[in-house]
Amino acid sequence: MAKYWREDIETMPREDMKKLQSERLVKQVQHVYEHVPYYRDLMDKKGVKPDDIRSVDDLYKLPFLSKADLRDAYPTGMLAVPMKDCVRIHSTSGTTGRRVVAFYTQHDVDLWDECCARAITAAGGTAEDVCQVAYGYGLFTGGFGLNGGSQKVGCLTLPMSSGNTERQIQFMRDLNATILCCTPSYAAYIGETLHDMGLTPDDIKLKAGIFGAEPWTEEMRRTIEASLGIKAYDIYGLTESSGPGVAFECEEQTGMHINEDHFIPEIIDPETGEVLPEGSVGELVFTSITKEAFPLLRYRTRDLCQLTRGKCSCGRTLIKMCKPMGRSDDMMIIRGVNVFPSQIETVLIEQGYSPNYLIEVDRKNNTDTLDISVEMNTEQFSDKMKDIQEKERSLASAIKTMLGINPKVHLVSPKSITRSEGKAVRVIDKRKLHD
Amino acid sequence: MDTIKQFSVFVENKQGRMAELTRLIADAGIDLRTLSLADTRDFGILRIIVNKPEETEALLKQNGWTYKATSVIGVKVPDCPGGVATVLEALNEVNVNVEYMYAFVNRTPGRADTVICVDDEQAALEILQKKHIDILTAEEAYDI
Repeated sequence: MAKYWREDIETMPREDMKKLQSERLVKQVQHVYEHVPYYRDLMDKKGVKPDDIRSVDDLYKLPFLSKADLRDAYPTGMLAVPMKDCVRIHSTSGTTGRRVVAFYTQHDVDLWDECCARAITAAGGTAEDVCQVAYGYGLFTGGFGLNGGSQKVGCLTLPMSSGNTERQIQFMRDLNATILCCTPSYAAYIGETLHDMGLTPDDIKLKAGIFGAEPWTEEMRRTIEASLGIKAYDIYGLTESSGPGVAFECEEQTGMHINEDHFIPEIIDPETGEVLPEGSVGELVFTSITKEAFPLLRYRTRDLCQLTRGKCSCGRTLIKMCKPMGRSDDMMIIRGVNVFPSQIETVLIEQGYSPNYLIEVDRKNNTDTLDISVEMNTEQFSDKMKDIQEKERSLASAIKTMLGINPKVHLVSPKSITRSEGKAVRVIDKRKLHD
Repeated sequence: MDTIKQFSVFVENKQGRMAELTRLIADAGIDLRTLSLADTRDFGILRIIVNKPEETEALLKQNGWTYKATSVIGVKVPDCPGGVATVLEALNEVNVNVEYMYAFVNRTPGRADTVICVDDEQAALEILQKKHIDILTAEEAYDI
């Protein structure tokens, strides 16, 4: 079984990789400066010329790009080639504001497929496998991204898209799917549905899952692995950077290897913009170095993350990023405290509850309120009112220990929280309605 | 020694949930012998005793209701002043705590049949027998 998709790149010594990155960076900066007036203006304002960028060590000189810049430049302001040279677009969901549209030439699509092929190979995928892609197809990058990677590896690809869960399971069984690609919350739902249908992991042939596009915890990984009888691999990417496949997990499951021959990562202090040394926690910034249509230099992802270049048992030399600890836009400030949904999820799973929950934040009498609804299972339900209230209190106190603020916990019946087929809605912030 | 099977069903505080549950039971031709609703701000627990416990359990399970089957004691309390007090004093004597209690709609004159859930069923049944307080059997409760 092939262990790597591109052994030469994935196990390249650091010095060679740095040389390759430097060559590509210099070209990418020239390409952007020449073809993207928006970024050229940013560079001019900062007094940086393409000639100032001679290697990756000069990266810090370049100005940052933010999501706000991409919205300003909507729809084609960041396009670096004539539109006629592009073959496809994808777009963000636009839930946090105006959409961002990303463009791809055939070359860009090929490189993206290549990145996803590496992810599938790292998850044990080969041309012998049947890969079920249950990410949404369309403007969202998940479906097409993994579809491209799967075909490149030579897997039989099932382009299911998301939804119609019983049909997913039927195809999974009838065609002996071995790899599942979707969001982690949908994977959890497929696992639940499988059990509801009276089936067990023995009734399916899945061995691995590649899950991304939303934050998930180690606890959720274990839940999914048990319910589907698989090994679950994380994958990272964002529409702005092409889509999933910027980074992928290997069998060690201790962070995702970044495809450094296409993307240079940095960690910065989100307040000052200063580049932080390896191992620090800060905002993840990506610079594309091989893109034609939609190259982004020093794009601020708003994901809080940590990079490590320790030796990995898989043999890859590609730098690893940890699971994003939260996205600055997922972060809620409740009574002055920074709260990430993932922190709450960790406590729920530790306490034996399901990862199906809904966080509602509101403001009453000038005080923020935090209400968390959590599904309980039949075993957790008690005939005695005081037992349920005691469970709510003890869960609230565990969450308080983690966050430092006191939530109100509501235990609700199984399946009463709406399931998601794409990215899960975990937070409703009603404070925004009053502003 | 006889206990009655009671179903406690978790009912969310949403309009129509109780009606939905009782209609489900009715449409299956099951008769509610008695019921009691405990409620909080967020949810309620509907405790029911029915004439067909096995069918009811299958029905609740199939339709995805969160429930617990619990055993409770039925007591034939004399319908006179001090009837309930006598029963509770007996339980108190052996340190049995009452979790909750509610009554049957009475069909026998002179008797107030009562459902009692206690923390120590064995001790409760023994003391009631010793004090010659009549127990309502499961058959009587289901009224077969």
